[in-house]
Amino acid sequence: MSESATNTVKKRPEFRNINAFKDLPTYRLPVAGIVSILHRISGLIMFFLMPFIVWMFDTSVSSEISFSKFKSAFNIGMLGIPGALWKLAALALMWAFLHHLIAGLRHLWMDTHHEATSKEFGKSSAVVTLAVSIGLTLILGAKLFGLY
Amino acid sequence: MTVNYGSKRLAVGAHYGLRDWLAQRITAALMALFTAILLLQVVLIQGPIGYDQWSGIFSPQWMKALTFTTMIALLYHVWIGMRDIWMDYIKPVWLRLVLHVFTIVWLLACTGWSMQALWRF
Repeated sequence: MSESATNTVKKRPEFRNINAFKDLPTYRLPVAGIVSILHRISGLIMFFLMPFIVWMFDTSVSSEISFSKFKSAFNIGMLGIPGALWKLAALALMWAFLHHLIAGLRHLWMDTHHEATSKEFGKSSAVVTLAVSIGLTLILGAKLFGLY
Repeated sequence: MTVNYGSKRLAVGAHYGLRDWLAQRITAALMALFTAILLLQVVLIQGPIGYDQWSGIFSPQWMKALTFTTMIALLYHVWIGMRDIWMDYIKPVWLRLVLHVFTIVWLLACTGWSMQALWRF
């Protein structure tokens, strides 16, 4: 009885254990899913760059001398690493922070508004999250690298 | 907390989940508020921002108190988030324990350093 039932049903792919190399490249991730995994990745980046964040806070507020050290790290370089690479690290933090903040506000909105938990809002708000976070990162990044 | 041992012990489910879920959101809201206040102060500064203007933002006692509270909120928020990441992807218990300990040490060291910087000047 059950055999005849399974024969008529179209066989769908089954995922028991997802293989990172075999399954992930062909896995169709919706925009909301992309925002979700980027939320995690951006948080992870900020966690590992936390000493750099605290260093920036420390040197920028402690004294006039440390403030000039802070500036020269980005303009000239520090620890044998050129200033452009420090700026790149700061840019990575800017994107991570913006994405994490906007995606987080989206979460808070969905937690408190019942009508926001729909497929349509999930998609449109995910698109807005990506557009605003990437757009602001590009604008601030251009300023950071002295393009305007 | 309620009794969680003996016959009352919870054997299934992540019942501590709601507390941490709520804490993650409340700390997030606090950090968002801090961001807005800091950004507003930066925007209100006229002319180029040098050392005096920048450190001046953090010198009032209320701002130090708010920054301090935000640092604590951040500590808790990141702990919940990182613990979730390790729990999702790291299956061997010994490695997860190592990473949990590393996360705690990393976070406490960073928090201590940031507080020292905040109250020193």
